[in-house]
Amino acid sequence: MDILTDLFSDYTLRTVALGSSVLGITSGTLGTYAVLRQQSLLGDAISHAALPGIAIAFLLTGAKIPIVLLLGAAVAGWVATVAVTTITETTRIKYDGALGLVLSVFFGFGLVLLTYIQKIPNANQAGLDAFLFGQAASLVMADVQLMAIIGLASLLCVGVLWKEFKILSFDPEFARTMGMPVRVLDISLTTLLVVAIVIGLQTVGVVLMSAIIIAPAAAARQWTDRLGIMMILSAAVGAASGVAGAMISSSSANIPTGPTIVLCVGAIVIVSLFLSPHRGLVWRWIREWRNSRRLRLEAVLLDLFALAAHHERSDHPHQEAVLNIMSDPTGRTYQNLRILEERGFVRQVGPTLWALTATGVARARALIDTRLTAPSARHDRDGGGR
Amino acid sequence: MTIEQLEIQAIAVIVSAACAVPGVFLVLRRMAMMSDAISHAILPGIVVAFFVTHDLNSPLLILGAAVTGIFTVFLVESILRTRLLKEDAAIGLVFPILFSIGVVLIARFAGDVHLDTDAVLLGELAFAPFDRWVVFGTDVGPKALWMMSGILILNTVFIIAFYKELKLSTFDAGLAAALGFLPGVMHYVLMTLVSITAVGAFDAVGSILVVALMIGPPAAAYLLTDRLSLMIILSIVIGIVSALGGYWMAYLLDASIAGCMATAVGLVFTAVLLAAPDKGVVSVLRRRWRQQWTFAEKMLAIHLRHHEGLPEARRENRAAHLQEHLGWAPDFSERVVWFAERDGLLSRRGEYLILTDAGRELAAEAIVQN
Repeated sequence: MDILTDLFSDYTLRTVALGSSVLGITSGTLGTYAVLRQQSLLGDAISHAALPGIAIAFLLTGAKIPIVLLLGAAVAGWVATVAVTTITETTRIKYDGALGLVLSVFFGFGLVLLTYIQKIPNANQAGLDAFLFGQAASLVMADVQLMAIIGLASLLCVGVLWKEFKILSFDPEFARTMGMPVRVLDISLTTLLVVAIVIGLQTVGVVLMSAIIIAPAAAARQWTDRLGIMMILSAAVGAASGVAGAMISSSSANIPTGPTIVLCVGAIVIVSLFLSPHRGLVWRWIREWRNSRRLRLEAVLLDLFALAAHHERSDHPHQEAVLNIMSDPTGRTYQNLRILEERGFVRQVGPTLWALTATGVARARALIDTRLTAPSARHDRDGGGR
Repeated sequence: MTIEQLEIQAIAVIVSAACAVPGVFLVLRRMAMMSDAISHAILPGIVVAFFVTHDLNSPLLILGAAVTGIFTVFLVESILRTRLLKEDAAIGLVFPILFSIGVVLIARFAGDVHLDTDAVLLGELAFAPFDRWVVFGTDVGPKALWMMSGILILNTVFIIAFYKELKLSTFDAGLAAALGFLPGVMHYVLMTLVSITAVGAFDAVGSILVVALMIGPPAAAYLLTDRLSLMIILSIVIGIVSALGGYWMAYLLDASIAGCMATAVGLVFTAVLLAAPDKGVVSVLRRRWRQQWTFAEKMLAIHLRHHEGLPEARRENRAAHLQEHLGWAPDFSERVVWFAERDGLLSRRGEYLILTDAGRELAAEAIVQN
């Protein structure tokens, strides 16, 4: 409970928590578009490319004024996206190649500037390399206010252009035919992405900021198919993991904030991938297991029915070994028969002899009917009796 | 030049050549971002192997990194197979998480050793010559030089030995599979090479520069040639040029060597991007510009030929009429006519435009073509 009381009394902790939640909300919201438009790696390029922007802004002003540094980062990130677009549109180099190239070259150039700055005597440059991995503890209230203002402004843009951005994300061609200024919208949405990345740089660092953009949205995507809900969930995930990560990292001097937040949000993503309803892997596996069992049971039932068709009575008993060869060579016929017996479709007449019951016959007939009439419509229903 | 400077340049040259070779296939297979992912994601592998051996130069580190690199590829592909996330998000999630694990492990448990995060990310080529390899009491040179030479040889041997298989599986994976060339195996072997190269290079130049050296030179070479073999050679040359240029840039600016090499890669690429014959921006734009006029000239020739010799020719075949008939703005029509006259397709007689034989032929050809 200590950390909770600290949250309200300790200035640093409160600042850090506030800052991280602002960051989480903004990046969660705008990351939704990045994930839906498959621009996740563009986020990576933008965040790496921000480094030279920060360095140039510092070189020009000679001081670490947050808004100037952020502006520099934003301009550099924006230039990077323009470079990627230019390369892919004018040459045959593909998107991935352009991204990798721009990302590494911009980052390398940033390093040159950073090492150059470090050599300047008497400059107040200390702390610029915190932009690599982020240092939440270095946040002050003024930073948080700045982040909040910028974040709020970008959320406002999302609200105003909600419908336009939605169409752009899901069906840009349709947006074009509707006469929307797709190019302008595309640029504005990318600019908002740049903004979201930039305000997280001080806390998370350029190396890992893209993950904070992608991960909340990727987690939220698993829980819903509605854009609005996805965005709210994503913002919540972003805020929660931001606060948790920043808290953990400021409780110990050694752990940079960026990686900690990434691990928190990564855990949420993993849980979502496995456990979200409908899409979750665990449910999918259960569904697949159920389906295959249903098919196995139906196969045994129908085999028994087919065998009995050669005899006078449809409840004529047959050997388990015969069924074994016919339907399920893996040797689970006995278990399948037991399950069918529990459900009242078959009965055991001898040690290895099985026969259909009256309900079993009816069930087999019904199965054949449905398979003959509408083979595909049966997919979702759980046959074989439950 | 001191002996250290020579050694640093030798390492830089070898590293850039070793990176360029697998990089060509990454660029061609549209997996460039996998190099970014792998070069970040190998960190936890290195860290864990380091905890086991307590030796930064142990071959086990390379093994650990290679395993993690392959694991990264496997993880990304497993996520893709669930179809829960798209490829970009899968890559963009897996490597930051693995990288973060590595960084946190270092921060928590390896605070004082040389293995700090800045070194991983940025590398320090300037220190590479100080780490010597001593065999039976004789100093045979920097360890990094030997290691990267080994990796370069490994990469080269693999590419030469499996050239045909790699080529086919890169350009036509379906056919490669049908012919029994195992494109899946090629894919994983290539990823292993990328991982090994990344870990060998990261100590010298850092994980981000690895990406620059793997993607930049092949991307530039891709704009210069259509032949795979030539592309590989050009990539190596471009990589070496950028490495040496970067080294001297760093020397002059007294800045990070790795950063300068990445910047040099960027500069070389930009130069190629602009000036490459046939595929460069300048020649693409020039071609597009020329095509616009060539097309307009054709249109004009067809129009003139269509009406020529007919009663309405007096009305139709005038420069001033083109705006009405072809929807061209007056100054545009004027320029088209000027170009056509220059190319000998027509001659002016007063305000009338008369096709020459060449112009008539062009129109006939254009009509037949369409």
